Amino acid sequence: MRQTRLIVVAVVAVVLLAVLSSAFYTVKETEQVVITQFGKPVGKPVTTPGLKVKMPFVQIAHAFEKRFMEWDGDPNQIPTKDKRFIWVDSYARWRITDPLLFFQRLQNEGGAQSRLDDILDGETRNTIAKHELIDVVRSTNRPFVVAEDVAELSQPEAAERVEFGRDKLTNEVLQNARRRTGDLGIEILDFRIKQINYVNEVRQEVYARMISERKRIAERYRSEGAGEAARIAGEKERELRVIESEAYRQAQEIRGKADAEASTIYAAAYNRDPDFYRFLKSMGTLEESFDADTLLLLSTDSELLKYLNAAR
Amino acid sequence: MPMDFEMPHVRQFRPPGVNPRVVLRIVAIIAAVVLLFTTWFTIDPEEAGLVMRFGRFARQVPSGLHMKLPYPLETVVKVPVERQLKEEFGFRTADATGARTTYSAEDLSAESLMLTGDLNVAVVEWTAQFRVREPYKYLFKVRNVRKTFRDMNETVMREVVGDRSVNEVLTVGRQEIAAEVEQRLQALCDQYENGIKVEQIVLQDVNPPDPVKPSFNEVNQAQQEREKLINQARADYNQIIPRARGQAQQTVEQAQGFATDRVNRARGDAELFIQVHAAYQRAPEVTRRRMYLETMSVIYPKVKRKVVLDESLKGVLPLLSLQNPTEVKP
Repeated sequence: MRQTRLIVVAVVAVVLLAVLSSAFYTVKETEQVVITQFGKPVGKPVTTPGLKVKMPFVQIAHAFEKRFMEWDGDPNQIPTKDKRFIWVDSYARWRITDPLLFFQRLQNEGGAQSRLDDILDGETRNTIAKHELIDVVRSTNRPFVVAEDVAELSQPEAAERVEFGRDKLTNEVLQNARRRTGDLGIEILDFRIKQINYVNEVRQEVYARMISERKRIAERYRSEGAGEAARIAGEKERELRVIESEAYRQAQEIRGKADAEASTIYAAAYNRDPDFYRFLKSMGTLEESFDADTLLLLSTDSELLKYLNAAR
Repeated sequence: MPMDFEMPHVRQFRPPGVNPRVVLRIVAIIAAVVLLFTTWFTIDPEEAGLVMRFGRFARQVPSGLHMKLPYPLETVVKVPVERQLKEEFGFRTADATGARTTYSAEDLSAESLMLTGDLNVAVVEWTAQFRVREPYKYLFKVRNVRKTFRDMNETVMREVVGDRSVNEVLTVGRQEIAAEVEQRLQALCDQYENGIKVEQIVLQDVNPPDPVKPSFNEVNQAQQEREKLINQARADYNQIIPRARGQAQQTVEQAQGFATDRVNRARGDAELFIQVHAAYQRAPEVTRRRMYLETMSVIYPKVKRKVVLDESLKGVLPLLSLQNPTEVKP
């Protein structure tokens, strides 16, 4: 008797537990739930988190992601309008906006991802093929800031204008893709190009170009150095000449002036009595020019010796 | 307790040696322990705890000891809000525990290789330092936040580098690039509502691609060479010109000295003449004679060979052997 009661209690408890656990379900912060009854969707999708109630057993809760999800594109080799082959790696962000529609059209995330692959890869290819490479790389026509010393060396390619730009380009992909995903219960929020790279052959060419450009700049530096050195050497020569000749000129001028002044002084003095000057100078010269080796022939007519005769 | 009442019956089936009272007690203790351990929790200083009730966000708690409802009802998720997190691009730190940081050797050039605005290629390595500012958004708004954040980084960096020339990227633009990436990345984080605060973008190595590197070095070398040539020329200049200036100064000074000397002498001579002349004028005839005779008296003693000729003696000159140069005074 007591044993049967125990079994009944146990069975009731188990059934109750099963019913309860099937009737209650939790919706996490990151989830949204679609309820189906025998496979047919019932009511509105549950998008608020917390403890929820449904009809046990007959209704099934299907949870879907509520957060933004990433779509990562396969790196793709795409030719641009100007026939350059590049690898493009892109990503997008999307979310399930209508879980019911999503459930009906795509079943699950895997389905969504492969649909997005088709749509986004295709749109990327279409859009990039319509534009030049520069439009994929640059967003604006922002002028490059160029360091002073390489100002004249900047390559012509720097001047290439952007007609469209990266922002507009990715936006175009986004808009086109959105149009095609409108009835899938998902929304693409953002599409961006993550990486762009040249395919290998093109990359080698680009490297070769970069190398030759650098070589040009290096040559320029070298010749600039030699030129500047020569200029300085020339300046040195010139200045040397200027300095030396200037000094010579000044010195001569000073000497000349001094000579002139001296002459004036002499003239002023000696002009008082030129005859006496001549006499005085002769006397001085005589005194200086006679020495021991001189042979002196003296006439008795001379001023000094005339008295010699007179005495005889 | 009702258990006591049923005890005799249970005792009949009990396995030998096990006391059901003990079993019950153990079960009760385990239940109590589980209850206890899922009722309180600690949050580390750098973390914040988000408590979920039936999967729904209930409250956020700071670091410390906290209570919650036991396990199935409430759960807690910890998010390191204060810790500075880091993502590396183009390289990976393999071991940063020792004094010397080592980097892993794997090839990550796909991350760091990018096209510049002049369609050249640069290798840019950088780190993004960030924090979780809003844990709620961080957890519940975006799936795979870290992966998405990496994608965002790569995108923004390429957008910014794509608008600059390779020279700019490699030389003058570094600071500006980091600042712009930081700002744009934050804007994108806000747009994506991932709760991330970008603290800093640090550009690490920014290089030309490996095959191009030697030619970039060559440019540097050429630059050095240029400086060297110019410096040598300047040195030469500096060696010569100041000295020449000094020498020029010397020449001028010498000339000035000469000039002064010349003029002074002239003045002295003139003064002497004037004085002598003044004296002479007082008795010209006598003075003149006196001066002549005085001169002669100085000269005659100096000369060793003297010949006195009389007017009346003619033809004596050829007889004298005149070997030495002679002075003749009439």
